[in-house]
Amino acid sequence: MKRLLSIEFQKIWKNKASRVLLLTYFILLSFIALIASIKFSIGTFEIRIADQGIFNFPYIWHFNTYVAAFFKIFLAIVIVSMMANEYTYGTLKQNLIDGLSKKEFILSKFLVVGSFAAASTIFVFIMSLILGYSFSSYNELSIVFSDLEYLLAFFIKLFAFFSFCLFLGILVKRSAFALGFLFVWFVGENIFYWLLKFVILGGDDKHKNFGDTIIQYFPIESMSNLIKEPITRLSAIKTIENAVGGAQTAKDYSIHFSQISIVLVWTFIFILTSYYILKKRDL
Amino acid sequence: METILKISNLNKIFNKHLHAVKNVSFEIKKGNVYGILGPNGSGKSTTLGIVLNVVNKTSGDFEWFGGKVATHDALKKVGAIIERPNFYPYMTAKENLELVCKIKGTPFSKVDEKLELVGLLERKNDKFRTYSLGMKQRLAIASALLNDPKILILDEPTNGLDPQGIRQIRDIIKVIASQGTTILLASHLLDEVEKVCSHVVVLRKGEMLYQGTVHNMIENNSFFELKSNDMLRLKTVLDEQSFVENTIEEDGKLLVYLKQDIAAQDLNSYLFEQNIVLEHLVKRKNSLEEQFLELTKN
Repeated sequence: MKRLLSIEFQKIWKNKASRVLLLTYFILLSFIALIASIKFSIGTFEIRIADQGIFNFPYIWHFNTYVAAFFKIFLAIVIVSMMANEYTYGTLKQNLIDGLSKKEFILSKFLVVGSFAAASTIFVFIMSLILGYSFSSYNELSIVFSDLEYLLAFFIKLFAFFSFCLFLGILVKRSAFALGFLFVWFVGENIFYWLLKFVILGGDDKHKNFGDTIIQYFPIESMSNLIKEPITRLSAIKTIENAVGGAQTAKDYSIHFSQISIVLVWTFIFILTSYYILKKRDL
Repeated sequence: METILKISNLNKIFNKHLHAVKNVSFEIKKGNVYGILGPNGSGKSTTLGIVLNVVNKTSGDFEWFGGKVATHDALKKVGAIIERPNFYPYMTAKENLELVCKIKGTPFSKVDEKLELVGLLERKNDKFRTYSLGMKQRLAIASALLNDPKILILDEPTNGLDPQGIRQIRDIIKVIASQGTTILLASHLLDEVEKVCSHVVVLRKGEMLYQGTVHNMIENNSFFELKSNDMLRLKTVLDEQSFVENTIEEDGKLLVYLKQDIAAQDLNSYLFEQNIVLEHLVKRKNSLEEQFLELTKN
């Protein structure tokens, strides 16, 4: 395993574009901390974001994992181009000739995917700890380390998304096309949902119907369902909502095992199908 | 003699209709230099692709080193370059070779040694993309030699090179062959094969036409060039002989192909007894090229 990782990281790290993207990713992640410094004023009021409770434990786990997940596209590009390059350069063929088995090849790629997800999770964990201890109103250990399932969900979400990217890279063989395909897939899922819910079943905004039931089993939707948006959970926002007089809906923000399993099943499918494609294909 | 690679009844059908390799069987023994000959599209590269684990066979079998190890482990003891050199363009030559070392489980110390052998040591810290085709091909050879392989497989190693490049590659191959490494060389350049190889396998449209030593391939088909003032009679007499395969008139000479070998003097004296006086008698062997064209003509 160490051998495979060292092979893969040499391939990625020596590539200037991948290196820049990796560094950009982690630098951008740490910029989440800069949200703390945002200040704006409404009339004579000066509002400082950091004081609004977004860095309170355990809410910070939810908030940071949600925001950090937006940057995953940088690593997705690295992963897709890493795979597509092996085809364009003909090095996949050469690696196999040099004595790597197809199984080892797939394994090494998914090890990279796993370590990207793990590194991101650890980075977000440490950053949130630091931010939390600097700004949180609660510092008791039991509160600090509650709701850590958001980190688990974050890891699984990234691992699944990167696996999807890797699968597309293997399937399509060209990085630009694979990323395009990813976007088309994303749009396609939404169009499907919209058609089914509003056009075919004639549903409306307020009520859930079969469209909502089926869409949560789709890969992109199931991944984004893992961590729900944390904004409306903020007490400050809730106060505003109440003042405006909107309908009080008790929203469920927690992580559900059922959703985790859907994502894990997709991940499993992506890994196995990637291996199957590689095995069947003549290079 | 130790068998390195044994191929039996190998078949490959692409997309359910293109039969690229038809029932090919041959063995590679240690210490020989083999040539695989065949026109473009005859299934050379596909056959090599199958034994090198990049093309899936449709049926048949092959085994490396007596079949005791898995193919990918066996390939760690094989050095192979196919068609064009495949490396990471953004890495230097040294880094590329170190990557291959990691895959094959070879110490990094081999890198400089092999770069020296192919004459690229002073360019080792330059990126692969800056190399000329000849240098890329030499780097590929260095890479294939990294693990001191038991067999070196080269698929069209001089394709697309200029005369100097061809010469350099050929010299390197000769050096490697002289060190006793088994070599399998696929090529359609016949003088290349004739100069380097001891054994040949000839393929056409996926079928194996000949397998054996280069010597035998040339030797088996000796023929006579005859000329007499009565060509018609000469032809009729010879056509009746049991040792004659067929006769062809060409440029005023009669080419006589034989079923079984006969000495020139025996033929001469026999014809003399038949009252035919020859004014031209040469016993010739086809060059490998003629022999090859003869075999593969359709």
